[in-house]
Amino acid sequence: MITLNHYLVLAAILFSIALVGILRRKNLLLLFFATEIALNAINIALAAFSKYLGDLTGQLFAFFIIAIAASEVAVGLGLLIIWYKRTGNIDLDSLQSMKW
Amino acid sequence: MEKYLYIALFAPLVSSLFAALFATKPKKLFVGIVASILLFISFVSSAILLSYLAGTEEIVKVTLFDWITTGKLNIPFGFVVDEVSVIMMVTVTLVSTLVHIYSIGYMEHDKGFNRFFSYLSAFVFSMLILVMSDNFAGLFIGWEGVGLCSWLLIGFWYYKKDEPREVNPSISPAWAANEAFIMNRIADLGMLLGLFLIYWHIGSLQYDVVFAHVDMFSISVITLMGIFLFIGAMGKSAQFPLHTWLADAMEGPTPVSALIHAATMVTAGVYLVIRSFPIYSQIPDIGFYIACLGAFVAVFAASMALVNTDLKRIIAYSTLSQLGYMFVAAGLEAYWIALFHLMTHAFFKALLFLGAGNVMHAMNDELNIFKMGGLYKVMKWTAIMMIIASLALSGIYPFAGFFSKDKILEVAFDSGHYLLWFTLWVGAGMTAFYSFRLIMLVFFGEERYKKYGFHPHEAPWYMLAAMAPLAVLAIIAGFFEEPFEEFVTRLLPEYHFHIHGILTVALVGLTTLIALSGIALAVYKYSHGGFSEKWKETFIYKLLYNQYYIPILYDKLFVEPYKELSKIAWKELDLRIVDATVDFIAGVIYSTGFKGRVIQSGNLSKMLRWMVIGLLILLILVVVYSMAR
Repeated sequence: MITLNHYLVLAAILFSIALVGILRRKNLLLLFFATEIALNAINIALAAFSKYLGDLTGQLFAFFIIAIAASEVAVGLGLLIIWYKRTGNIDLDSLQSMKW
Repeated sequence: MEKYLYIALFAPLVSSLFAALFATKPKKLFVGIVASILLFISFVSSAILLSYLAGTEEIVKVTLFDWITTGKLNIPFGFVVDEVSVIMMVTVTLVSTLVHIYSIGYMEHDKGFNRFFSYLSAFVFSMLILVMSDNFAGLFIGWEGVGLCSWLLIGFWYYKKDEPREVNPSISPAWAANEAFIMNRIADLGMLLGLFLIYWHIGSLQYDVVFAHVDMFSISVITLMGIFLFIGAMGKSAQFPLHTWLADAMEGPTPVSALIHAATMVTAGVYLVIRSFPIYSQIPDIGFYIACLGAFVAVFAASMALVNTDLKRIIAYSTLSQLGYMFVAAGLEAYWIALFHLMTHAFFKALLFLGAGNVMHAMNDELNIFKMGGLYKVMKWTAIMMIIASLALSGIYPFAGFFSKDKILEVAFDSGHYLLWFTLWVGAGMTAFYSFRLIMLVFFGEERYKKYGFHPHEAPWYMLAAMAPLAVLAIIAGFFEEPFEEFVTRLLPEYHFHIHGILTVALVGLTTLIALSGIALAVYKYSHGGFSEKWKETFIYKLLYNQYYIPILYDKLFVEPYKELSKIAWKELDLRIVDATVDFIAGVIYSTGFKGRVIQSGNLSKMLRWMVIGLLILLILVVVYSMAR
């Protein structure tokens, strides 16, 4: 029997993987992957809660997050392409023009 | 009649505001003229009120609006014109009108011409509030108002530099102004306590309510009220030991000395005692103390005037001494006589000061009377008017001072305080001597001014014309004694003399005798070369010349320790504790900011790391919090 806890543990594992990815990766593209994983970890948790509580609000939220993640990726990838055209790399450490 | 009350009260305010419009502009002659006209209108209104009051015996009362209304405290802006206040109003507005006109000439070349008129009119307005208010709170507002205007006007030439006390006993106008202001604050504290006490016990500050209920309280309460109110009066009227500011106030322009520091403001203390007569007639002991202090000041101040060489300071001491006389009369419950002397004194003392102003003008602001002499030839009219004023001051028949001052001596004798009488009698002799010493040194004898290269000239006609009414009043005011008594004793208690006939004549004779001999001594001595130089070496001369060393004593006793205390408060308390605390807080914030700045490296992955760390901390907090619950 798969209970709520299973879903939550899965969400937590996925989130931790995403977090490690965010911290470790220097490649911007992979950073995006990591954030997608993090968002989807939250989505799993939300859907699970929604089912558990019999309240559709959580699933609604999950849909919102999917929509927002999609638009975020669209904007983010656009910026990334421009950045790549300008500098020739997508290394995170090269993004330092706002340094004091 | 309310209309005239409003006109009398607000014309000076309009004048002040009008002049203030041009305060920063260069001299505008019409400012002085408009101010004088408005003041004259105020005087005419006061005179109409006087004649109305004399004819109908109806007291005019108005309430402008409620001023303070909280809980049981209700203080309206109310004004009353009764027998006492109308006399004060007429005196104040008359003298100030003439002083305004005179000032047009006196301040002719001053760059603060317009500002001067603004202050002067503001003073008159405050003074009218003081005398016309129908409650103690309004009186106090006027009291502070005249104090403020006095400060502004003493320090009118605020840009003059400080000088050592040996060169100029009053150091500088700004210093003198501050001294006057601070001394008055000390006294005002006493006055405020008196007002609080009255309100606390009676629950009102309206004169009529207070005076109707004053006999319901125990003698000790009334005594305290009397003492506190008199402390206020002591400051304003410069009675010992708060007297030093008056002589130093002579740093102000001379018309100011004439109006504020001779004729009107300094008599406010006497007015307060007269106004509060229902309180003071309950406590004759305090009254006697007031009389003693007055008599002491009368002689004390006169003795300092004997040797001083400064034209204006001599007259200032004389004012002090005459205020002492007024307090003797007021203390011995001869209130109408005090008021009468207040009025006649206003006339002849203002005249004396304005004359001194003419002399100063002629001598390029030189004040040392030993550098003058023989000025009669060039300044005949000024000399004549100053002689009239001095005769009135000395109390020679038929001049005004004879009637009022002699009455005070009679009261002192009549009440059985022979020592008081004797003190005042000696004072009268001194008064006559120093007045004519001044006249002799300034107007007669050797023309010493030539040695110093002065070219004196007579004042313009309108300045003399402004003095002329005062001169006339200094001669004739005394003859109004009986109508005056009849008029003011409608409100004030009468004074019943026990001595009659031959004794009165003898007293008058004695007083006149000492006054005449004082004059004769002065005239004789100073027409024969004055006193020898050796006299200046004596201890008494030095004591008197240095004002009994009281200013220096105050310096050492109060000013210096206070300075030290302030220094300690500044260096130890303020710098080391208050400032250090503030600096420490600022320093901590600054250094944490400086050290924390490295977080903002601009490196995205580092920022993300910080974000994760923050997230973890928050998570830990949530866990800890939920466990602790």
